[in-house]
Amino acid sequence: MTIGITHFLIISAALFCIGLYGILIKRNLFSILMCIELMLNAVNINLVAFNHFLPTPNLSGQLMVLFSITVAAAEVAVGLALIFRVYRDFQTVNIDKLNSMKG
Amino acid sequence: MNNDLNPALFYFLAAVMLLSALAIVYCRNLVYSALFMVVCFLSIAGLYAMISADFLAAVQIMVYAGTIVILIVLCIMITRRTTMERTNMPEKKYILRASVLAGLLFFLLAYIFVNSEVLPTTNNIIALSGDTVSGLADLLLGHYMLAFEIAAVLLLAAMIGAVVLAKGADEK
Repeated sequence: MTIGITHFLIISAALFCIGLYGILIKRNLFSILMCIELMLNAVNINLVAFNHFLPTPNLSGQLMVLFSITVAAAEVAVGLALIFRVYRDFQTVNIDKLNSMKG
Repeated sequence: MNNDLNPALFYFLAAVMLLSALAIVYCRNLVYSALFMVVCFLSIAGLYAMISADFLAAVQIMVYAGTIVILIVLCIMITRRTTMERTNMPEKKYILRASVLAGLLFFLLAYIFVNSEVLPTTNNIIALSGDTVSGLADLLLGHYMLAFEIAAVLLLAAMIGAVVLAKGADEK
């Protein structure tokens, strides 16, 4: 059986669902950030797979992934700075303990 | 067609990717989870290289496995002063609901993908010739020029924002 686009879509759906599960059960801000990265990578796999299995040669899907990686890098930088700030203000990174506004 | 994908390689990379993704979720130690991210991203880079995305495979290794994981590990080290044991515990009361939700979503998506009629099939692919770097560069500096510049501005804004957030704007 040859590997088609369905295989790639199914493994990326599995990766997305693992990331979703991680976001829902974890209470640590770093774990949540890591699971968001997993979900972003699942979407990128989808885009590259569709780009490869298109009937015409075209690189727009790969270029979309390039922009997606750029935005993900910016998101991680800002997210880590936010976590760092939260840790300095609250001395914890557990989201269940971050339940008071304005310090 | 002579560009059929190697099924053994695909299943190996997919298994490594999914197992390391599960290990990220199930590890009790936060640093181990972050290091399993490297395995996961490397196998994703292998998958990219399989489906004629050689430049993206290199970018995946450099940006994700190289930079983002290092940043996350560094920030974990900064914000933890005690032992790393049991830093990544799952919340027990949400496990059942979350697993039902994620499993249901996966099975629905898999059902849709398996039974879909509109997905492109494998027997009419025109393979990309050569490497993708020159094609991507042509698109990036031609048709997608404005998006490229906006991405540059976004990276600059994110860099300044991260510095201001981490350091504090009003502190000397």
